[in-house]
Amino acid sequence: MKNPKIGVVLFPGANCERDTIHAASLLPGAAVRHIWHKDASVGDIDVVFLPGGFSYGDALRCGAIARFSPVMGSVAEFAEKGGIVIGICNGFQVLTECHLLPGALLMNESRKFICKNIHVRVERNDIPATRALKKGDVLKLPIAHGEGRYYASTETIQSLEANGQVVVRYCDENGNITPEANPNGALNNIAGICNGRGNVFGLMPHPERASEPILGNTDGWGILKSLLT
Amino acid sequence: MKAKVTVTLREGILDTQGKAVEHALHSIGFTGVKNVRIGKHIEMDIDSADAAAVQRQADDICRKLLSNPVMEDFRVTVEEGK
Repeated sequence: MKNPKIGVVLFPGANCERDTIHAASLLPGAAVRHIWHKDASVGDIDVVFLPGGFSYGDALRCGAIARFSPVMGSVAEFAEKGGIVIGICNGFQVLTECHLLPGALLMNESRKFICKNIHVRVERNDIPATRALKKGDVLKLPIAHGEGRYYASTETIQSLEANGQVVVRYCDENGNITPEANPNGALNNIAGICNGRGNVFGLMPHPERASEPILGNTDGWGILKSLLT
Repeated sequence: MKAKVTVTLREGILDTQGKAVEHALHSIGFTGVKNVRIGKHIEMDIDSADAAAVQRQADDICRKLLSNPVMEDFRVTVEEGK
């Protein structure tokens, strides 16, 4: 898409919204603005980002309160119409809480907050957020979460795998899917999934923190750049 | 009336906090302790004198917000008074 109109939802307690706005603004021709959580509508927009952070202080469960923010009804309608929604970290947690994506994110197996670079393998490159990548690409991306252990019922996991909804999977630097490369105990090394149509995508790693040379890592840029294809 | 809610991870889901506490209990001598599960306790005053109605409302609250059925179970008990 050319000159995408991109909105980043601001929830109280989010802390990656500026990084996300900044990184998205690097896309040539993109018009990026924030969307306040109390707005009734996402407005005229092509892509909605739900950024990382700790919406509502993670009260009750990560993403549980943000799900009921006034703007989320409009986000759900937007997604229903095929609009592109990308949830990063806490944004992924919000997407599972509001059932735009299946499953849930549980406390890391190690009980530790993990802030480090990991690797993920791109499992499909036919959704709006991965079109500029190749299947099998290995990306080095930062994670920063305490609750990133992807969990879903056995039936849901089977259906995700059968439908190819796992978009990125934790791997080692050579792209091998191993238990050692799984930072948080996520089922099937799942780092990010999409809905059946591929227009809603949630992932725990932070591509926006790895999107320009000055940050020492541009592996996340491919995800943002995909929005232009 | 008061509704008391307990939310716990569903059976079969690894409760990492429970595991940590279980290991600690073993290390201080309570070696017979197993299956430690940690949950949340939530209390609410609900403005009604009808225990059944309070129970229904609390169940509804649990399904809509207090628990996530993907990963959690909940139990509600209703008590008289504040």
